[in-house]
This record gives sequence, structure tokens and C-alpha cells, in this order.
Amino acid sequence: MKKVIMGNHALSYGATLARVQVIAAYPITPQTQVVELLSEIVADKKLDAEFIKVESEHSAMAACIGASTAGARTFTATSSQGLALMHELLHWAAGARLPIVMANINRALAPPWSIWTDQNDSLSQRDTGWMQFYCQSNQEVIDTLIQAYKVSEQVLMPSMIILDAFSLSHTYEIVDIPDKDLVDEFLPPFNFKYKLDVNEPRAFSGLTTPDWYMEFRVKMHEAQRSAIDIIKKEGKLFGKMFGREYSTVDPYMTDDAEIIMITSGTAASTARYTVDLLRKKGIKVGNLRMRVLRPFPFDDVRNYLSKAQKVVIIDRNISFGYHGIWSQEVKSALYGYSDVPVFSFIAGLGGRDIFPSTIEGIINKVVKLDKPEKDLYWVEVRK
Amino acid sequence: MTKKKMTLTLPVEENMSPGHLACQGCGAGIAMRVTLKALGKNAVLTFPACCWTIIDGPFPYSSVEVPLLHTAFETTAAAAAGIKAAMNVLGNKDTIVAGWAGDGGTFDIGLQALSGAAERNDDVFYFCYDNEAYMNTGIQRSGATPYGAWTTTTPVNHFKKESKKSIDDIVSAHKVPYHATASVAYPEDLLKKILKAKEIRGFKFIHILAPCPPGWKSKPEHTVKLARLAVQTGIFPLYEVEAGVYKQTIKTPKRKPVIEYLKLQGRFRHLTSDDVKTIQEMVDERYAELEERFNKGKQ
Repeated sequence: MKKVIMGNHALSYGATLARVQVIAAYPITPQTQVVELLSEIVADKKLDAEFIKVESEHSAMAACIGASTAGARTFTATSSQGLALMHELLHWAAGARLPIVMANINRALAPPWSIWTDQNDSLSQRDTGWMQFYCQSNQEVIDTLIQAYKVSEQVLMPSMIILDAFSLSHTYEIVDIPDKDLVDEFLPPFNFKYKLDVNEPRAFSGLTTPDWYMEFRVKMHEAQRSAIDIIKKEGKLFGKMFGREYSTVDPYMTDDAEIIMITSGTAASTARYTVDLLRKKGIKVGNLRMRVLRPFPFDDVRNYLSKAQKVVIIDRNISFGYHGIWSQEVKSALYGYSDVPVFSFIAGLGGRDIFPSTIEGIINKVVKLDKPEKDLYWVEVRK
Repeated sequence: MTKKKMTLTLPVEENMSPGHLACQGCGAGIAMRVTLKALGKNAVLTFPACCWTIIDGPFPYSSVEVPLLHTAFETTAAAAAGIKAAMNVLGNKDTIVAGWAGDGGTFDIGLQALSGAAERNDDVFYFCYDNEAYMNTGIQRSGATPYGAWTTTTPVNHFKKESKKSIDDIVSAHKVPYHATASVAYPEDLLKKILKAKEIRGFKFIHILAPCPPGWKSKPEHTVKLARLAVQTGIFPLYEVEAGVYKQTIKTPKRKPVIEYLKLQGRFRHLTSDDVKTIQEMVDERYAELEERFNKGKQ
């Protein structure tokens, strides 16, 4: 069934289709519609779930950790400051190997106050052990939420579904709502082997001496690495069942591209529109959209970039004193495999629009250069 | 001569194993032992960072015979709420879920989550075993540390000048269906309170005074004596509050002077007779305040 819905409601419908059992959430702009619609769905008994209206994001994740350890499929949604407040428990959820799925609406961090999009909130959580999926459309949001549970529950690592504030969260798009029975077939009920069970009492996450701690960390890493193939396998199966296939990266006109521009989130749609424009002008440019940050898809990135003469990365984030975070990730993947020059651009922080003209300006600059003159280029900023 | 028949006042059932890592004379150990006798085996515990994180034993051991979730310092009540929600939705509605936290995790860093769960009236137990300082990190002052006490962050020359935070009044203000104070010196009283609260749906808060020999600088063999003196002096009156009605459960018609309690603890050794007088006045004032509530409950 096709519906015209906002990105936030795509999350609410996705969580309903995934039959989440415990939701614990706290409101924050621009996430509120996610939980508003879900609270209505739960109150109307259209979903057999408990909704805990907690007093902070920190408690939202704490409640999800409790519920997940007890064997329930759990969901929460947040943004920016809320995600930052949760930070301690993001480590906890991953370390405890809980397949919690959370949506994060990318919103710039304060100060100064902002409610508009950029990626510093979620990218700051890079090393917490959460898998991260960046979405381009509302369709991808609902589809990814369903796939994330399937992946998380196999590898026992939590997943974060990420979408841009307003340009996706509040933007209405046509979404093909997946068929309920098909989703049930794709995503079986969550059956946790090790949970809080009075018939088989266990203690979870107790004090662990140096004699064992490291082995737990190795297992977390291995679980994340194994998720690469599982993300692809489930993305393919999803394609077979629902007609929309997903992978770790999403290429557009990359086969013969001399310049490959890397983007993530909604900037990719603008990038693709601009690729078409530039191709008409004879510039051989393509776009590689990063869908998954963790586990990092080293092989896919290396493969798609292997024939490029120049790589351009447009980051909607900044690691202060370094450069863009995606840029850092991609350069690290290429090191030792390719000598292709990599151009790092920072654009669109705090919700500043990335227009086709913005991207055209970036590519026109790169066309003229053999290699970058500096480590990072700020795009369209006041002097 | 007829033999007097002895009756057991506590269940024989043990849900806590020996081999735990509590210090000698640890009040928190006794508190847990009695609590688990009352809760039984159809219960789940969650601990934040606190002495019991250590007492329970390191991975892969545990000395409680019910499922246990270790959680972050400030999250006890929220984690318990999450576990309970999952139990409900998975059809285990009878399973009791209990948060078990120290005074730091309750009075201070965990207060927000406690308030949230109390306000939502989540159907969980919240136990605070109160040893009146951050004992696990080496005796630093908490909001539960009483006036006059030495701790490593309130050194002798600058002993704690603020009075103990009234967590019970804070919980009371949330109008929870049941809350009570309890003591390791009165295990039958604690048992009775838990058994009663087990029949009540909603948020239940039980605040247990648990002396700490290393932190109070007291003798391990004085733990129960000190807990009893705290009640007998009126420093820690035992009562319960059911639907807002106060009831004193252990009567103390002739209260002992506070000096009897203070003099057995090195943490109060520096106090002058004037300081002791101040403490006596503070205790008298607080006790009178509570007595009014007890009397109102009787009407």
C-alpha cells in the first residue's frame, strides 16, 4: 500500500511492522512525530507493546537495555542532544550485545542552539559499537528499520537508523508500506537465547577481570565484521520479497566515472541530480552513497573507487582539528590500496542547504586540480 | 518442665549464596539476604554501580540465585521499568522486578530515574541500601551522609555540615502506593514490609539502613547493634507509608540519646559535645515531625 508520509512516520510504521514489544522514548525536536504516532498506535492496541514515557533519553536507553535483556524487541528514537546524553548507555547496549534498534534524526549539536541537520551527533557515536545506517529517502527509512532488526538479532549488536532533520524527518514522500504478512515472513519473532529468566538465573555484565575483558571486545568486533555479509544477504532477500534491494553502499553512474563523489543521507539525491547535469556538460562524474558507517564496508569502498581518477568527499560534519569524518574513514580504507587523490569538502552544517549549485561548484573546482591543495575545503562559508 | 517451642520468624529459604565478597559485618549483605528470602525465586534484580556490583562476585560468578542485570550508575529505576515492561509483554506478569541501589545511586546520581519511575508508578520494587556514603569508591560523602560525619571528602576539620537528604520525603511527594524504611537489625520488620508490598501494584520503595564497618569506622560485630541504635535513638525511625498514611512499625517510646549511637563510630569521633548536642536537636526535630505524621495516621 502506498502512502504519502513524513520520514518520522516512516519510522513509526516501520516499528509497528517490526512488531516491537517495548518502546521507551523521550521527545526532542525533530523526532517527536515518531513517538507521537507510536504512542497512539500502542494506545489503540494496534501493536502489542509497552510504551514507557521516560523522563530522559538516558533513561530511554536504560529501559531499552532492561527490556532487551529480558527478551523483548525494543525501539527508541532520539536526536542530537538526546543522543549525546545517551552516550554512556550506547556503549552499554553494545557491550551487553543487545539488538536494540534506535532511530536518530541528524540534528546539529549546540551550542549555539540549532535544530537543523548535520551528522556530528551520530558520527560522534562511531566507536560505541552501534551499527549505523544512513538513509536517503523515507522508503529507505521504513525498509532499513525492518532489516536492522533482522541483522541486529543475528549478530547481537544494536543498530542506529539515521535520517536528516527536516529534509527527511519532516518531508513527505510516497512510501510503499511493506505488506504486514511479508514482513512477518522476513522478520521472525525475537527469541533471545540468553535473557533474564527466573528458571535459568544468570548475572549479566558483572565485573570482569583483565583475564576475560578483552575476549568480550574481540567478540564484539567479530560480530560487527560478520554483519557486513549479513547486511548484504538480508538486503538482497528484502529485494526479492519487496522489490527494493539494499547493500552497504549505493553507487550511481560510477562505472565509467573519472570523478567519484561520496555523500551520505539526503545530500545524495542532490548529488545525483547534479551528476546528471554535469554529465550533460561532459564531466564524467558519479556518486557513491555511503549507507553503512559501521561495520565499515572496506571492500565495497575500495572496489567502487578502484577506477576513479579523483575522489571527492562531501562531509556534513566536522572532526575539529582534522577534517570530515567520512573523509577520514574513506581515506583510511584506501590507504595502501590506491593512490587516488582524495578531496575533502565540508558543506551543509547546521542545516545549511546543499544545492545542486553547491555540488557543481565543488566538482568544477576539483576538475581544475590534479591533487588537493589542502586537507579540507569549506564550502560556501563567509570569510 | 515444658519445652518452649521455637518458631522461625524468617523463611528458611536462602536465595543468596555464601562466597560473596562483602566485607566483614557488611550491612548490605544482611539486607540482601533478608530481601531475597522475602522476594523468592520469581524475581529479577538490577544493580547500578554500587557495593553490590562487587559483593555479587566477578564474572562468571554470582551470589544471588535470581537473574541479575548490572546496569549503569544512574539507571536503576529506568532499567527496572524496562525489565518489567518486557516481562509484561512476554507474559511473565507475576515476575517481581527489583532495583537494588546504594545511597549514592539513589539519593544523588540516580534520583532523576527514580523520580521518573515513581511518577509513572511503574510496577517495580526499588530498594535503597543506605550506608551513608560512596563506600565502594572509598568513603566519599553522598547526599545520604549525615551531619557531622567524617568521610574522605569531608575531612575531620571540615566534617559534613549539611544534613542528610530526606529521600523518604522525596519519594513520598510522588504519592507512590507504598514506601517504607527498614533496618538490618529488624529483619522480621523488613520481611513483613516486602511481603505486604508484593501484593501492591505500582511503585514500591524500601529504604534500608545498612551499616558499613570500613566506612563508619565501626567494629564488624557492631553492625546490627548500630542499626538497632539508629532506630532506638530516633535517628532512623522505622515506618511504612501506604497510600499516604504513615505508620510506625517499630515503636520507640523512650528514645536513647544519640551519643550512644555516635560513640561507637570512628566517623563521629571528632565531634565535640556541642556538635553532639546539635545532632540531638536535629534528630529530635525530625522525629517530632514524623511523630505528627504517625499520629495523623492513627486517626
